[in-house]
Amino acid sequence: MNIPSSIWTLLIGIVLTLTSLWYGQNHGLLPTAASDEATLVDGLFDTMMTIGTGLFVLVQGVLIYAAFKFRRRKDDNTDAPPVFGNIPLEILWTAIPAIIVIGLSIYSFDVYNEIGGFDPHSAHEAPIAGQAMTMPGAAIAATLNDTPPSTDPNSNQIKSDEAMSDPATASVRNSDQVPQKRDAPGMGIVSPGIGASPDNVGKAPGLAVNVTGLQYAWIFTYPDTSVVASELHVPAGKEVMLNMTANDVIHAFWVPELRLKQDVIPGRQSEIRFTPKIVGEYKLICAELCGPYHGAMNTKFIVETPENFDKWMQEQQVATKGNLEQAIALNVAGRSPAEFLSPYTMQMGIQPETLHQLHHH
Amino acid sequence: MTQAQIQRSANLSILEAEPGERKWRDYFSFNTDHKVIAIQYLVTTFIFYCIGGVMADLVRTELRTPEVDFVSREVYNSLFTLHATIMIFLWIVPAGAGFANFLIPLMIGAKDMAFPRLNAVAFWMIPPGGILLISSLVLGDAADAGWTSYPPLSLVTGQLGEGIWIISVLLLGTSSILGAINFLVTLLKMRTPGMSTTQMPLFCWAMLATSALTLVSTPVLAGALILLSFDLFAGTAFFNPTGGGDPVVYQHMFWFYSHPAVYIMILPFFGIISEVIPVHSRKPIFGYKAIAYSSLAISFLGLIVWAHHMFTSGIPGWLRMFFMITTMIIAVPTGIKVFSWLGTMWGGKIRLNSAMLFAIGFVSLFVIGGISGVMLAAVPFDIHVHDTYFVVAHLHYVLFGGSVFGIYAGIYHWYPKMTGRMLNEFWGKVHFALMYVGMNLCFLPMHKLGLMGMNRRIAEYDAKFAALNFVCTMGAYLLAISTVPFIINAIWSWMYGPKAGNNPWEALTLEWMTSSPPAIENFAGFPVLATGPYDYGMERPRSEVDVPLADEREPALAAGPKSALRADPDPNVAANPEDRK
Repeated sequence: MNIPSSIWTLLIGIVLTLTSLWYGQNHGLLPTAASDEATLVDGLFDTMMTIGTGLFVLVQGVLIYAAFKFRRRKDDNTDAPPVFGNIPLEILWTAIPAIIVIGLSIYSFDVYNEIGGFDPHSAHEAPIAGQAMTMPGAAIAATLNDTPPSTDPNSNQIKSDEAMSDPATASVRNSDQVPQKRDAPGMGIVSPGIGASPDNVGKAPGLAVNVTGLQYAWIFTYPDTSVVASELHVPAGKEVMLNMTANDVIHAFWVPELRLKQDVIPGRQSEIRFTPKIVGEYKLICAELCGPYHGAMNTKFIVETPENFDKWMQEQQVATKGNLEQAIALNVAGRSPAEFLSPYTMQMGIQPETLHQLHHH
Repeated sequence: MTQAQIQRSANLSILEAEPGERKWRDYFSFNTDHKVIAIQYLVTTFIFYCIGGVMADLVRTELRTPEVDFVSREVYNSLFTLHATIMIFLWIVPAGAGFANFLIPLMIGAKDMAFPRLNAVAFWMIPPGGILLISSLVLGDAADAGWTSYPPLSLVTGQLGEGIWIISVLLLGTSSILGAINFLVTLLKMRTPGMSTTQMPLFCWAMLATSALTLVSTPVLAGALILLSFDLFAGTAFFNPTGGGDPVVYQHMFWFYSHPAVYIMILPFFGIISEVIPVHSRKPIFGYKAIAYSSLAISFLGLIVWAHHMFTSGIPGWLRMFFMITTMIIAVPTGIKVFSWLGTMWGGKIRLNSAMLFAIGFVSLFVIGGISGVMLAAVPFDIHVHDTYFVVAHLHYVLFGGSVFGIYAGIYHWYPKMTGRMLNEFWGKVHFALMYVGMNLCFLPMHKLGLMGMNRRIAEYDAKFAALNFVCTMGAYLLAISTVPFIINAIWSWMYGPKAGNNPWEALTLEWMTSSPPAIENFAGFPVLATGPYDYGMERPRSEVDVPLADEREPALAAGPKSALRADPDPNVAANPEDRK
């Protein structure tokens, strides 16, 4: 039976489309999606995976088919027909990829907007963020930042008394290394991250947490509570805003289940907002090379029911009460760093052995 | 007469009667012959490739198990830093320069490069740069802040190692700039009289685009590194937040070079593939001008995509969107090339020898890297996979599956011209098979690792990733083994391989019109294009040309010799009467 080539093309096209659609939905390559934002990102990935699978099978199929079908036959030393190209075909395979990438750009733009990517510039309207958000930083950075210049005195460039006494950052202050700024445990300029999703724009987040990255740990301080933790606890269903900076080198906050990553940069304050949905214990990973122990800089990201979260909060407040005053009053002189740090490292869940190892590397 | 015979007989007069021979000592001397310098480039960079490869296997050995049980964490960081630096600055970039050195003057019918001494200087900056870099391992303080060397980490991990790293990268960058000037001037000024730019072989177009890109972007890297060294040694605070500097500014300057560097590393090999595929498919390259101009488009677009490496660094939303769209658009000119290569193979009479296998391998692997590249351009998805093994997988599909397969395709294709002897085909195919399998075993699982949550540049990882990492490590070992048949084949064939003759592949570009290895001064006169560089099959009846959407009467629609996309022969000497004016 002689089937015309147009029928073959059609059949292959249908099979290719179905295969791509099936694999785009069933690749099983992503971990749990623990927030609404994560589900949106997964939808984008599935779409790209569908198109990618189609393109992959098409190109590999043509290569394999050509290598067999058009291979040189024995004793045939002649050339193939002189086909030099064809402008309509070139236009066709310029236009199709162009349409695909424009479509993907629009889709990505929409997802980016939905997860709050365009919000950081209106974030300073929210009460929690305060005036620090409007502070332009260095001249070069200002050209890359569309935050309007502010006429308020810039208290972030100096170690102001106000900044030095900010209770939100008292426990993690590192004023010798990086200039201090108020309203965040870090300084410099605000680095746009992922802000409020369009539904939440202008509203204060349900919970704000200050995050500090340092070699090789994360410290989470809950403003107005004096709670300092080494694990990030958040209640499910509430919008969380993280106000992040680093004390020494660049780190990056990453929770794969949130599909959310943001560099945490010394001298800059980075903000991200997200709404966790699924209760569970996830891994919070430092994703930016920060030194030899980079691979060990992980902690837990725990999404709890609001009741459990409140319970945890109360326990923490009882446990840390009084601890902070002691810490400030401590006489550092005459004690080794290990001795001095031990109460804090224990609190952070770091074993004395680990500290011991650190000194010998 | 076949097309190759036509081209040969038209160029018989330019064959040197006494080609002259190079002594082995010449290859160890400060020689200004572009062919000697090319061999020096290729052999030197191959040695560095082996060193970088050993480092990669040490890294993979550490990652065989989730625990840190092979090297210390500090050494691990130095290993991946040096691995990347060596593979980029001492292997792929200079290997491209090596091919350019050998091929450009031969392909355009020149006797040498425009500036032979500058050419030698550019090469001789590479061994000191490379030895300096590797010596830092021996000195016990190798750079360990990653090849990106982001401050403030790079400012606090050890002055000596970081200082050495900066000096060697500056040296290698300078070498690359000097090479680029030479290639540009040679391509624009030294073509044989009958060759216009739209008749140059596509490798020359690729090098034109590459050299322009190198010249525009590399000085910015030098600027960034010099400022970084001030921060490191003089206590300035350009990038150091302690003094109010901004580390993100370094990232902008660094990627302004280092993203174009990706195209500096792939464009020459796009060029090589565009040469290899038509010769061994016995068919003209499909859409010569489309491929040529797409190189220029990639070169231009490559300059305005750098911040896609910084989607999580904290740049404003509109800037992320701008860089997302420009990055995605690069897929379009790249797609033109890939589809044109497929169009070239379609309906050909493909000779599946080692060079062609590597070229097919290149297309098949590069497409995977291209697809994951478009995915990475999408900001919301990139925020998830940035700095994970997904990126590691992507970049190895592009740079290993792409560039390195391209380098091998080039070596198998031009080895007969370079040495005058043929490589062994059987061992070439074994090399290809081992490398293709090893490559996919090593890098395909990394996509999943990254998506599931394994970040990069770590010596220890979650135990749930152990099985896939074990597969990757075995793939890496297979890749190391795959190099052995090639090395033995290359050395043995250089000494005892069968003589190649001037044009073993019956190719039409001008480098095949001189002797093998080429005469010391290449040509006795100006070679001519009696047929176009890709005019395969012109002796066949035109009725065989059957392409959808084509109309042979209109040059804009024609698929045959009238096509507006064709690289024409020189109208003054064209063998085909229709091509004469």
